[in-house]
Amino acid sequence: MPALRIENLKKSYGTVPVLKGINLAVENGDVVAVIGRSGSGKSTMLRCINGLEPFQEGSIVVAGHRLDQSRANLRDLRKEVGMVFQSYNLFPHLSVAENIMLAPRVVKGLPRDQRELLVRDVLSRVGLAEKASAYPDELSGGQQQRVAIARSLAMKPKVMLFDEVTSALDPELTGEVLKTIAELAEAGMTMVLVTHEMGFARRVATRTVFMHEGKIWEEGPSAQIFAHPATPELRSFIATDLK
Amino acid sequence: MAYEMNFTPVFARTPELISGTIDTIVLSGQSIVIGLTIGLAVSILRVDGPKWAAAASAGYVEAFRNTPLLVQLFLLFFGLPYIGIRLSADHAAILAISLNLGAYSAEIFRAGLLAIPKTQIEAGLALGLSRLQVMRYVVIIPALRVIYPALTGQLTLTLLGTSIASAISATELTLAGAKIESQTFRSLETFLVLAAIYISITFAFRLLYWIVGLWLFRRSVPKTGSAVATLSLPREAET
Ligand SMILES: Nc1ncnc2c1ncn2[C@@H]1O[C@H](COP(=O)(O)OP(=O)(O)OP(=O)(O)O)[C@@H](O)[C@H]1O
Ligand SMILES: [Mg+2]
Repeated sequence: MPALRIENLKKSYGTVPVLKGINLAVENGDVVAVIGRSGSGKSTMLRCINGLEPFQEGSIVVAGHRLDQSRANLRDLRKEVGMVFQSYNLFPHLSVAENIMLAPRVVKGLPRDQRELLVRDVLSRVGLAEKASAYPDELSGGQQQRVAIARSLAMKPKVMLFDEVTSALDPELTGEVLKTIAELAEAGMTMVLVTHEMGFARRVATRTVFMHEGKIWEEGPSAQIFAHPATPELRSFIATDLK
Repeated sequence: MAYEMNFTPVFARTPELISGTIDTIVLSGQSIVIGLTIGLAVSILRVDGPKWAAAASAGYVEAFRNTPLLVQLFLLFFGLPYIGIRLSADHAAILAISLNLGAYSAEIFRAGLLAIPKTQIEAGLALGLSRLQVMRYVVIIPALRVIYPALTGQLTLTLLGTSIASAISATELTLAGAKIESQTFRSLETFLVLAAIYISITFAFRLLYWIVGLWLFRRSVPKTGSAVATLSLPREAET
């Protein structure tokens, strides 16, 4: 069974269709980059996958949880599907450790000693072991985003979704976040990442999906997508990016 | 026509003044606790509740914010007995003041809840928290921090508003003062003393709010931010 299967996903805001029949399957351990122009529906698709957006048609099965219009059992799904946002969204009144422990504590009831081990484990995976007691406003953007990744990892997700997680960062800070994601990829995490970092998509993603006008326009192994784009839309998209 | 102030007859009633002061503190404290609980619950229902609950909450808030506290007091004390609910003056006072504060604070809480970015809520939901858990662990503290000055200002108004309860003879400071005044005929002295006591009570409560604020926002006392500035000790209390 694939880690994620999207079938005929359709979503509109009011009368404006935004996703026009998406089909996508992601296998365990796959790293899928989603690229495409602004407004093509990348974020919307990602947000549908963990139920942040309702949709009108189709179905999504992710980490063994089925999601349809009924939106039942959303919380069970979200326990196993991590999401990292462009704007980090750390909780400002909680320390790094508390940000990380919150969901394991209140959602899973993890006891204190295990929570502390968990914090150490996930922080070391993002290279911030020494920041456990810092507050978000004491961290750089790149560090905040790595904490957000650690916070998501602490729920031990089976699939992780990343929505342009480096777009709000200065170029010098982008690298450290991408490195963290690349290490997760290497460790076998199943990931879907919306990104504008074409170089990164090409290097790290096993597959790349090009979205255009609410549809998956083209998809395939990353090497092939970037080296031999089949559609004129993708060719022109890649060409504008290189400029 | 020089008026000769004479506080002696008023100070001779110190025991009554003290018990009136205690009654006012108790009435205020109880009304604040109950009123804020109502206000918080109503604001959450209004922002995040089912449609009917949001509508009912809005109706309650409008009803109590657009009628005088005195009329609310009279309704509960003189009106309710006609439908078989008889409240003592003290209980009617607590209830009316709590409901009044509930309506005003609900609006303040609501402003705080709406000030929290939607992305914070989504981050909580994405981690698997329920809506209520998001409210409790993610939203409340930052929201409170935004509205804390407005909220404590409202609490001061509410504290002073307990004075109105004397109109139904609920035991509190103004009633004690009125009795002393009517028996000593020292109106100026009596009400000056009352004013001084009210000022002391208010400052004591504001000091308490400040300490509570330091504790509530201890984690977000920022090196750079503005919470401390908005939480500064009431200036009068520093002297
Ligand atoms: N809440 C909303 N209400 C109405 N329309 C929306 C809403 N959110 C997104 N849209 C529309 O849906 C379309 C797809 O938006 P989406 O955010 O998924 O694009 P995207 O591919 O992620 O773009 P970007 O690269 O700029 O992030 C856009 O046309 C956008 O205007
Ligand atoms: Mg987007």
